[in-house]
Amino acid sequence: MEALGLLLHGFAVLLTWKTLVLMMVGLVLGIFVGVLPGLGGPNGVAILLPLTFTMDPTSAIVMLSCIYWGALFGGAITSILFNIPGEAWSVATTFDGYPMAQQGRAAEALTAAFTSSFVGSLVAVLLITFLAPMISSFALKFGPPEFFAVYLLTFCSFVGLGREAKHKTVISMSLGLLLAGVGMDTVSGNLRMTFGSAELLRGINFLVAVIGLFGISEILLTMEERLALRGHAASISLRVVLGVWKDLPKYWVTLLRSSFIGCWLGITPGGAIAASFMGYNLAKRFAKDSESFGKGRIEGVFAPETAAHASGTSALLPMLALGIPGSGTAAILLGGLMVWGLNPGPLLFVEHKDFVWGLIASMYLGNVVGLVLVLTTVPVFASILRVPFAAVAPMIVVSCAIGAYAIQNAMFDIWLMLGFGVVGYVFKKIGIPLAPFTLALVLGNRAEDAFRLSMIGSGGNLGVFWSNGLVGSITTLAIVLLFWPVIDGLLGRVGWTRRI
Amino acid sequence: MSQTDLEIVVDDPTAPEDDSPSVVSSGTIEIVVCVLLLALAVTLGYDNWRTGASWDATGPEPGYFPFYLSIILGGGSLYGLIAALLARRAAFESFVTRAQARRVMAVFVPTLLFCLVMQFLGLYVASFLLIAGFMRLVGKIALWKSLLTAFVFTAIMFVTFDIAFDVIMPKGPLEAAFGR
Repeated sequence: MEALGLLLHGFAVLLTWKTLVLMMVGLVLGIFVGVLPGLGGPNGVAILLPLTFTMDPTSAIVMLSCIYWGALFGGAITSILFNIPGEAWSVATTFDGYPMAQQGRAAEALTAAFTSSFVGSLVAVLLITFLAPMISSFALKFGPPEFFAVYLLTFCSFVGLGREAKHKTVISMSLGLLLAGVGMDTVSGNLRMTFGSAELLRGINFLVAVIGLFGISEILLTMEERLALRGHAASISLRVVLGVWKDLPKYWVTLLRSSFIGCWLGITPGGAIAASFMGYNLAKRFAKDSESFGKGRIEGVFAPETAAHASGTSALLPMLALGIPGSGTAAILLGGLMVWGLNPGPLLFVEHKDFVWGLIASMYLGNVVGLVLVLTTVPVFASILRVPFAAVAPMIVVSCAIGAYAIQNAMFDIWLMLGFGVVGYVFKKIGIPLAPFTLALVLGNRAEDAFRLSMIGSGGNLGVFWSNGLVGSITTLAIVLLFWPVIDGLLGRVGWTRRI
Repeated sequence: MSQTDLEIVVDDPTAPEDDSPSVVSSGTIEIVVCVLLLALAVTLGYDNWRTGASWDATGPEPGYFPFYLSIILGGGSLYGLIAALLARRAAFESFVTRAQARRVMAVFVPTLLFCLVMQFLGLYVASFLLIAGFMRLVGKIALWKSLLTAFVFTAIMFVTFDIAFDVIMPKGPLEAAFGR
């Protein structure tokens, strides 16, 4: 198969000392970020992005994606040992993971979490390896109308399928799209929404907004909570690891089911949070003795962790193949691609083979190395939580400021970051979701360009979005998804009630 | 194997009390946010209309796309405003309690000062002051520990960004005195 040959080439790109060292550094930083309160996957990647500005794109993406894998692994440590989910997608892991730790089975629970994370990622990476080249070569035939239809589909599915109040998703998304348009118009060269400000001429940088929205606001939110914690210390012995692995085949149905759910929700913008809960709930529903869940059952750790990681990893599939991120972190990685001078989209597979296959190979290698690393270093990372938050908080603020300033060397961006920090804090507290905003801000200009190019091509006829079978079905699907809650209600009324 | 006893215990002596009175309800904040967003939508919508929001010979004018987005944003915020006004006041929980607000301000105000001081003294000196000051005054950590941590962290940042990766940060008189 062609994909296998290219993958081997990717490993060859990867196997240099420099890349391997960057991979380790990325994983360690990632676990660190995952364990610390007030930081998380998207923040960590956003804050550490400036480190990669002077690197070549392949080394940069390897390090950043490893930060992401590390953060995913790190979230499980605090969930199980301290009952504190470092990330929202680790909440379901606490249901059975913490009871296991209380029963003295912390090592077993951690091994289960890390192993299932590994399995989930592996399934998703396999999917990416074989599916992404196919999708991207198919998407090479896309013209502006098709691309606009795909963007529309992404936006509409966020509104229609998201769990937040619909109007709040709409607010978040339209605000993101609007702010993406601030500055010089790429088609006509006119200035838009700058109100005479020279600072706004450059536009609102996506990464600055992300650092404020996720980094600064997270610090403010974390301070609101009681930061005292009590947890179990654990070290993992080889005997425990082998014991858990020996039993692994017994849970193949759970692992496979969760991987499938995770991949599905990762590619569509459902996200890792929904995936982990759905994985857990389905494992519970299909179990013979479902009441033993929540009392320290190992399957209750396997199910959500597999789903969360499968989802987090497969979110990179649409980003690589189409240039459309499936999650907040993927959106930040996409922002990184642009900083390194790459043009995200299907051409990436043709023009930058080394980069794409180096990244895919690093997903395999990063997960294996990450698994070994977390299994051996849990006690070290658990003790990071002993560091008082009063020391961690200002350091995170400083890192955010360095990140925000470094992007364009502009002092104005520091203030913008602070402003977005406040906006993020308020939005999170009143339930306006930030993921659609992030996605809209990074895709806004590309969506608008695709729209305008389609319109110029068709002479202003909106019918271009139904001009052939492909673009017509994507546009129609987008509109169906946008009104899905209404359609679903109507179907229910005429007796087509679904039960999932 | 692991042990059942608790081995890592971290206390939080300044934690916000659970019974602290609410400063403002999230319903009020929702109304304020919706009004602000509505005002933003009107301002941006007007600006885009002024730029040109219709069609010309080549296709949509520059303001076309953002003009309709302003309308969507305005519609969403108007809906949110009406929904929040009609909802029962009791349905909303507290947005922030007094104790929580105090803690949030304890980190927000230093961050604001940090951004201000950075303009004059550069990022590294401001970072040192922020970390040392925050650890000492908010965290009540021993002075020598605070100063040492702040110095080590700032030095690591300086070496990493300024020397190793060539990412140049704003600098002030101190760096100038050392010729960097």
